[in-house]
Amino acid sequence: MKKSLFIAAMLISLASFSQKVYSTKSGQISFNASSPIEKIKGINNQADSKMIDKNGQIVFMLLIKSFKFENQLMEDHFNENYMESTKFPKADFKGFITNISSVDFTKDGKYPVTADGTLTLHGVSKKVQPTGVITITNGKISLNSSFKIALKDYNVTGSYIGSKIASDVEINVQCKYE
Amino acid sequence: MKKLIIALSCLLIQSSLHAQDIDLFKDMDEQNKKETKDKTDYAAYTFKTTRLTNGHTIENVGKGILDFRINHRFGRVNQGAYNLFGLDNASMRMALDYGITDKLMVGIGRSTFEKQFDGFVKYKLLRQSSGKKHMPISLSYVATGILKTLKDPDPTITKNFTDRLYFAHQLLIARKFNDYTSIQLMPTIVHYNIVPTANDPNDLFSLGIGARQRISKRVNLTGEYYYQFNKLSGYYNSFSVGFDIETGGHVFQLHFTNSTGMTERTFITETTGQWGKGDIHFGFNISRVFTIVKPKEFKEKW
Repeated sequence: MKKSLFIAAMLISLASFSQKVYSTKSGQISFNASSPIEKIKGINNQADSKMIDKNGQIVFMLLIKSFKFENQLMEDHFNENYMESTKFPKADFKGFITNISSVDFTKDGKYPVTADGTLTLHGVSKKVQPTGVITITNGKISLNSSFKIALKDYNVTGSYIGSKIASDVEINVQCKYE
Repeated sequence: MKKLIIALSCLLIQSSLHAQDIDLFKDMDEQNKKETKDKTDYAAYTFKTTRLTNGHTIENVGKGILDFRINHRFGRVNQGAYNLFGLDNASMRMALDYGITDKLMVGIGRSTFEKQFDGFVKYKLLRQSSGKKHMPISLSYVATGILKTLKDPDPTITKNFTDRLYFAHQLLIARKFNDYTSIQLMPTIVHYNIVPTANDPNDLFSLGIGARQRISKRVNLTGEYYYQFNKLSGYYNSFSVGFDIETGGHVFQLHFTNSTGMTERTFITETTGQWGKGDIHFGFNISRVFTIVKPKEFKEKW
């Protein structure tokens, strides 16, 4: 009796130890707001992300100012006129991967996933359901995702949106977790 | 008994672990709060571009960016309808500026006015910041060398190369008060290797003041004034007022000024126009930037 209780307690504590948090501070989040007239791409290589394997909880956070552009003036306009990065310095995502149970973290492979959460951008929070792929190679976990958002949903306005700047912007996520 | 104690302690550890089950949402909020506290926030976009009207602002072009500038000043508006209020005459400066690093910028230019060549070096010494590191102002230093190649009207006078050289040293002290208003002070020395008359000083001291006031998302009102402490006779203080208008790929500046020249020597110390008499020039600056060295994020194909 005592022995089995001991083993059970060990097992439970082991099980709770097995909850693992994967994280990165150098995730790449880029966006593409190109229109037929102008190529507009921004890359941020300093996205912060954490993910729990057990319940699929996942978070992202980045500084708007850390987006780099090929053209410096575009970066200035992005920060000052569109994203107002002094007023809204950060963007984040808080959510859960709904089908995390289908991902076997011990086995190499590609696992399609869907997340359900809230994206906060330009001071506006909106529910989003992005889809992506978790790839496991030699125990290393990476996540790729691509989804579209409408700028007007986040109160990002400007006379060029819809002409020089696409009104729906594609967001690309590439994170390698440790 | 011993085993029971171990089992209980395991349970205790286990339950304490459960109690502290990680919540990434809370985690992130806490991290956010902490980061805001120890973050240094540098003031960006104190001015819209690297020039007010004629003189420098504390802004630099970024690393690896080449800026092609055309500055244009028409004749005086008081020339009347016959000269279309000055539009028949023009003075121009064409220039290339380049950012070697994010703090160091160099440039060369050629003015049609007095056939001058000029070159400058601008370095950011301090950046205005708030948060962990607090710095109330931004400070830059600009050194300019000017070569006047216009021949002397008297052909009997021969000038050496060094006789044609002029230098200007400026400290730029700027503060961005909010997203709308920025003010800059510019203590300046202009040095003449050769002065017009023996009584004129070789070093001329002045203090400039410049400002930017945002009036809409894309339009800013700018002004620039230089007060001269000692001056060459027959010249006035330079005053300019204008608009910075942002259009897609560039900043377009439109202004009115009493200065014809666009080099430090010609506008700070040799402004011949007087606002009160209507010696006002309409002018514009166009700037077009080219990316020479791409930021590292864009080097590999993605």
